[in-house]
Amino acid sequence: MKKKTKVVDIVLILIMIVMAASFLYPIIMILFNSFKKEIAISTNTVFELPTKETFAGIENYINALDSKGFFDSFIYSLFITVSSVLAICISCSMCAWFITRVKSKITSILYYLFVFSMVVPFQMVMYTLSKTADQLELNTPWNIWIIYLGFGAGLAVFMFTGFMKSIPLEIEEAAMIDGCNPIQTFFRIVMPMLKPTLVSVAILEAMWVWNDYLLPTLVLDIKEYKTIPMLIQYFKGSFGRVEMGPMMACIMLTIIPIVIVYLAGQKHIIKGVAAGAVKG
Amino acid sequence: MEKVVRRYWPLFVVPTLAAFIIGFIVPFGQGLYLSFCKFTTISNAEWVGWDNYIRVFTDDPNPLVDSLWFTVAFAVVSIILINLIGFLFALVLTRGLRGTNIFRTIFFMPNLIGGVVLGYIWQILINCVLSLVEQPLLALNSTAGYWGLIILMCWQQVGYMMIIYIAGLQGIPDSISEAAKIDGASSWQTLIKIKLPMIMPSITICVFLTLTNSFKLFDQNMALTNGEPMNSTTMLALNIYKTFYDRVGPSWKGLGQAKAVIFCILVVLVSFGQLRATRSKEVQQ
Repeated sequence: MKKKTKVVDIVLILIMIVMAASFLYPIIMILFNSFKKEIAISTNTVFELPTKETFAGIENYINALDSKGFFDSFIYSLFITVSSVLAICISCSMCAWFITRVKSKITSILYYLFVFSMVVPFQMVMYTLSKTADQLELNTPWNIWIIYLGFGAGLAVFMFTGFMKSIPLEIEEAAMIDGCNPIQTFFRIVMPMLKPTLVSVAILEAMWVWNDYLLPTLVLDIKEYKTIPMLIQYFKGSFGRVEMGPMMACIMLTIIPIVIVYLAGQKHIIKGVAAGAVKG
Repeated sequence: MEKVVRRYWPLFVVPTLAAFIIGFIVPFGQGLYLSFCKFTTISNAEWVGWDNYIRVFTDDPNPLVDSLWFTVAFAVVSIILINLIGFLFALVLTRGLRGTNIFRTIFFMPNLIGGVVLGYIWQILINCVLSLVEQPLLALNSTAGYWGLIILMCWQQVGYMMIIYIAGLQGIPDSISEAAKIDGASSWQTLIKIKLPMIMPSITICVFLTLTNSFKLFDQNMALTNGEPMNSTTMLALNIYKTFYDRVGPSWKGLGQAKAVIFCILVVLVSFGQLRATRSKEVQQ
């Protein structure tokens, strides 16, 4: 009996190894090709490894870095992601606390509006949102987080309220009786208890904002500011002939930081996603 | 306590609410209004009643209905595949095999890469395979476009769903599986009669997520096929985007907005319908 289980396990591990390899392959393929010379890259030689003749060293990376404003895009993307996630975490958790603790018609209407906004597809508001953003001059990387706060509020408020319903009111009441005002109560008592949900929300929103393509394309002034996804699209779209080498180098450069962040914090990320989904 | 907190509403509610009004309420309201208008910018909108909605079904070079069928065909297959593979992976990875953590890490990774980047990676890969087997490339091959999208979405989302299923499977109390074993249930019976009913909440969430993701899919669609050939792989979101931004003239934006409203209603109905349908199958733990 025991021996049989072992055999099954070995077969399963082998299958998993094959699956894992096929999951990694597309990225490894891009990595190989990003080291090839421009002439050596064509549609049907993608599977070939770089050889002595076709090996280009880091030439493609240098091209990608200095010609197309990669650094600028990286800074924009980073700033937009960090500012949006911070704004969403702080502002939405405060709003969610108010909604759960103050029971009235208005707060429950608000709650349902937030939930509704989660389901609405972006195309419904894309045109009018970009016009509103233009009017209010929220069209630079430095203040686009206001738009992200508005459009991302639904999911965040939903997840925060889901968690807050489960924390006992007595702790907060005790704090208030001891002389805390609501601001102190929230930041000293509620925020610390909220930490796991904060991590979940931060991860989900960061994944969304960092990779978002359509919203920044429509809202930002495309000639002046490009986020990383916009840069990739620009590489692909705006030339008669696509420069494959630099483009693949650029793809690698966008993937590498993500992979580093992921490997560094993968426990939190995976836990955060699982916990976030259970509450959703 | 409630009374005290209530006085602090300007601090707690206003920042989020203000952004929510700017980022959602106003654009949503304007969007609804504009779907009844002819316009090139918001200021020159001219009321035309139901015209745009009628034109969605009559006069349109890239009919919404075609995109709807393509989206449905895509959604059905991808929902089944993603959930099935994700669940199988979760079953294997909860057996305590060696290397479980590494596998989990690898399977989840594609989720963190953005849709546009994923689309191009797979475009390069699929075009290479197609050229090696001497088939037309993606730009001329709608069958390859369809399956390419499905493979791409499986690759991206299987890991995410797997994580949720793993959490669900680990949440089943040991006492229940033990009891089943003592009663002589085979592992197949345990799977069907114990595990599946116990993880219904996870299934609800995963089907909900894959369903809404498939219906709202845009980035991957744009990057992989951009609707080619002849708009035959255009999904709903891309169809609306193209109606808005790829056509010149005063009559198209209103049409696009009307399509967007229909799309929105469709997504809302489908998502809430699905939630109700699977919620009713959940068991009390």
